[in-house]
Parts: sequence; C-alpha cells; structure tokens
Amino acid sequence: MPDLEDLYREVILDHYRNPRNRGELDTPPAVRAEGFNPLCGDEVIVYVQLADGIIDDIKVGGQGCSISQASASMMSATVKGRTTEELRQLNRAFKAMMSIEPDPADDLSPMSGNGADIKLGDLEALKGVVKFPVRIKCATLSWHTLTQALEEAQATA
Amino acid sequence: MALDPASIRTDFPIMCRQVHGRRLVYLDSAASSHKPRAVIDAITDYYERYNSNVHRGSYQLAVEATEAMEVARNKVAQFIGASRDSEVIFAKNATEAINLVARTWGRANLGPGDPVVITELEHHANIVPWHMLTAEQGIELRWIPIDANGHLDLTDLDRLLDGARLLSVAAVSNVLGTINPIRQLADAAHQVGALMMVDASQYTPHLPTDVVEMGADFVAFTGHKMCGPTGIGVLWAKSELLETMPPFLGGGEMIQNVTKEGFSTAEVPWKFEAGTPPIAEAVGLGAAVDYLTGLGMEQVREHEVALTGYALRTLTLRYGDDITIHGPTEPAERGGVLSFEYKGIHPHDVAQVLDRSGVCVRAGHHCAKPLMRVLGCTATSRASMYVYNDESDVDALADALGDADAFFIE
Repeated sequence: MPDLEDLYREVILDHYRNPRNRGELDTPPAVRAEGFNPLCGDEVIVYVQLADGIIDDIKVGGQGCSISQASASMMSATVKGRTTEELRQLNRAFKAMMSIEPDPADDLSPMSGNGADIKLGDLEALKGVVKFPVRIKCATLSWHTLTQALEEAQATA
Repeated sequence: MALDPASIRTDFPIMCRQVHGRRLVYLDSAASSHKPRAVIDAITDYYERYNSNVHRGSYQLAVEATEAMEVARNKVAQFIGASRDSEVIFAKNATEAINLVARTWGRANLGPGDPVVITELEHHANIVPWHMLTAEQGIELRWIPIDANGHLDLTDLDRLLDGARLLSVAAVSNVLGTINPIRQLADAAHQVGALMMVDASQYTPHLPTDVVEMGADFVAFTGHKMCGPTGIGVLWAKSELLETMPPFLGGGEMIQNVTKEGFSTAEVPWKFEAGTPPIAEAVGLGAAVDYLTGLGMEQVREHEVALTGYALRTLTLRYGDDITIHGPTEPAERGGVLSFEYKGIHPHDVAQVLDRSGVCVRAGHHCAKPLMRVLGCTATSRASMYVYNDESDVDALADALGDADAFFIE
C-alpha cells in the first residue's frame, strides 16, 4: 500500500486547515458554478471574476474531504491573476498529472498548448493522489467546477 | 444458542485474505455482505452441472434449472412469511423492485396531485422513482420528518397521510440504523385507503421478516446484503395487487401469447420477469436463505443487538465528545449500522486512514442526501456489522480511528 504520507502531504494539509480565497463574490459581475462528487458528497462552489481575459478574483466555497478542499484552495491561489489562456494550460497540466484523459471541453481555444511547459508549483504536492485512485475525483472536482464557471462566463460575455 | 462469529468466519472464504498486510476487518455489510462458501458452491454447481435456460426446455438440464429456480423462490417465500411462492418476484435488486412498483402500479394508479408519502431517512432508491413520477405524472411527494434522535416524527402523520395513495418507508435506515414502526405505519396507511410499501433492504438480512405481520402490500429487498450474490433482489407483493398490475418490462418469459396485433401476459410472477432471469443468482440467494435460516434469524438479531451495544459503549468510552454517533442510542431500537463523525475530520479522510489498518468502513452520503441535509452534514463515516463480526472488529475500528489525529489534528 502506498504511504498515507504521500497522500496527506504537509502543504496539502496546510491548505486544508487554512484554505485560501475562501468566500463568495457578487454575481454578477462574478459567475458562480457548483461541482458535486456524487460518490462521496463533496461540494465545491467557485466564484470567478474576469477582467480583460484575466482571473481578476476567485473565491471558493463548499465542503468536503481534505483532498477536495485543499485542491480547491491550491487552485484558487495558483490561478488568481493568470490569463484564461494560462489557466487552460494549467488545467491540462493538472489533469495530466492526475492521469486523466484531456477533456475536449477543457480545450476551448485552438491556441492551448499541451501544458507540458507549465509549472504547477504547489499543485505538484497533489501528485501522490494518483496512487489512491478513488481520491482522484476529489482532487479534480474544483478544476472541473472552475472550467464550468469559465464556460458560464464566456456564455454570458 | 448465541452465534459464534469466529466459527462463522470460517464459512466465508474472503475472511482469509489480508488487506495491506493486516487482517480484514470488514465493517461495510450494509453496503454489501460477504458470501459463505455454501452460496459460492451453489452458484458454481449450477454452472458446472445444470446450466441452461429456464421455463423453455424439455431436456433434463432445463428441467433441473427451472426446478432449482422455483425452489429458490419457495425458499425466499418461506423466509419472509409469504403465503404463496408466486408473490415473490425476482428483480435485479431492491432499487429495481421499487421502480417496478412505481412504473407499474404507480403509472396505472397515480395521477396529478395524488400524494405519495415517504420519509426523510429514505435511501435514494425510495426517493428518485417518486421524483420521476412527480415529473411525469404530477404526483405529490410528502415527507415524514425525523426527530433529533433519528426516529420518525409521527406528530403530523394524519395530516401527511390525508388523501395519500401510497406510504413507502425503509424498515431500517441505512444511515441511522433506526428501526421504523412498520406495522403502525401500515395500519395508519390502510386506514386512509393508502397502500404500504416497505424497503426492507436493511431489515431482511438482519431481523426475522414476516411480510404479513408487517402489514405491507409491497416489500422490496436485495440479495447481496444477505449473504447472496449481486444481481438479484426481491419484490414481494400481495397476489391481488400483482394480478391487476400491468407488466413491467416486455419481452420473453413474461408473455402468454404474442401476435402481430398484441400480446397477453404470463401468470404472476413470470409476468414481471421479462427475459432470461438471473438463474445462478436465484440459486445463490436460495442457498443464502438456507445459510441464514441455519444460523437462525432470531440469533442473528440478538448477536447484532449485543455487538451494536458493545460498539456504542466502546466508541463513546474511548472518544467521548470527540465522536458523534447518529441515530437511536438504544441498541434494541436500531440495526447494526453506526454512522459517526470524528473530531470534525471528513469521513473520506477517516475511511482512508482506517483502510491502512485493514478496517473497511463506508464514507459518504450513503445514497441519502436529503437525510444528510437534515443531519446538517454532507457525509458520515459508517461502520455496519453482520454475522461474521465480533468485538475484536469493533476494537480494531476504535484503535485505528485515533490514527487520523496524526494527519488532521494540529
């Protein structure tokens, strides 16, 4: 069995105990999306505010296990201030790290790179989740929800 | 005589295996029970000696297969106190059995505004089929609430049942363990002319079942939670209802005659069993019923009351206010299902840590999201017990639980 220490890395537990960007944003101007993990009941709510193609602000709500909530916190810290183009690359790189097939919905722009040259930074700590296949959905829930929010934003733009 | 779990474990081949180098401590029988050697052998025997389709061959193998399937039906009928074998319909699982009632009796008898009453502690299997009828036929879905101890709050029962056509209730909650007063509810339903359906998925595996004594019109349960295989469940219903209900799925087996113009249905129970049935699974369920009968369902219940009491005491003594156990506090008022929260650590994380010690518990919403909302959480950890569990399993759970602190408590 892989070590639990691989799953519950200190940086993950730090984000779980002290979640970044926790809260809500006014909608509009922000958009809101909800994600559910039907297996375990994890919930993630993402608020995103875009300005000139940049993630101007992001807030995260919901409740769930350490992996889903830490992943949401780490995601929010990583994507804030990034362009939507960078975000797509991050999303692809993150899903690749999670051993997930690229979703066509994640590839909205023909300009998207393959994500190979993107630095994941703190997000790398979630790599150990792959050894616990049941938990991969916990880690990717917030990213799916963010994608959903961006689709919403583009639809209403 | 009291059950001897140590000896019972030797009947279950899976109990020999280790998990992460540790003894298997299986506390998830409410999700699915393990299978004794007798059940596995009965299924193997069917495939090795008389595998063939039922009700349509005149050769020896087909005769034996048909006979074995109908013997299994008889065993199930006896096990639940049914007065006729033909009142036992084989379905895929309890979910399909409940859907069968919604799709056949419900579609034929319910219309806009007709009330169907369920409770806040139902499994999604006894919620979603009625939501579907709400969308399709405009029925009205009403909910009996629960009180702070996880019992049904029957204060407003008369009002909720006013004009009701069906009351459908779990006999035992798969989250709280609450044993509901089925006979009382059935009598109340009948008094207003409503029918009574019982989701016995968590009841029949653990307590002596008598469908007549329950006062029910429909009873649904599943095989794999009672030592039987997956892929087979049971709907029991009163003959007079089955006779008038339209068929469920259409196809082979369920017809008497088919012409270019139409069809006529086979007799009950086959009218509701379209297509080749789960023959091996029925044979396996028959063997499971024999196995449980051999143990004695009174003894099974006694064992679970004692073990549940031990678990409630042990976890409370050990962890005090750090653990919240949902549901009734009296073992006699509940089944061996313990949903708990530990130090605010998310159940998914608790279950992950327990797994390292070979302790298998379920974490999540247990297919009861409306109940989770009432309890004010999105998930719980759930330990559930059966005939092969004993105090050492409870101790293993209590020991491993503290390991979660190292990761999650600063």
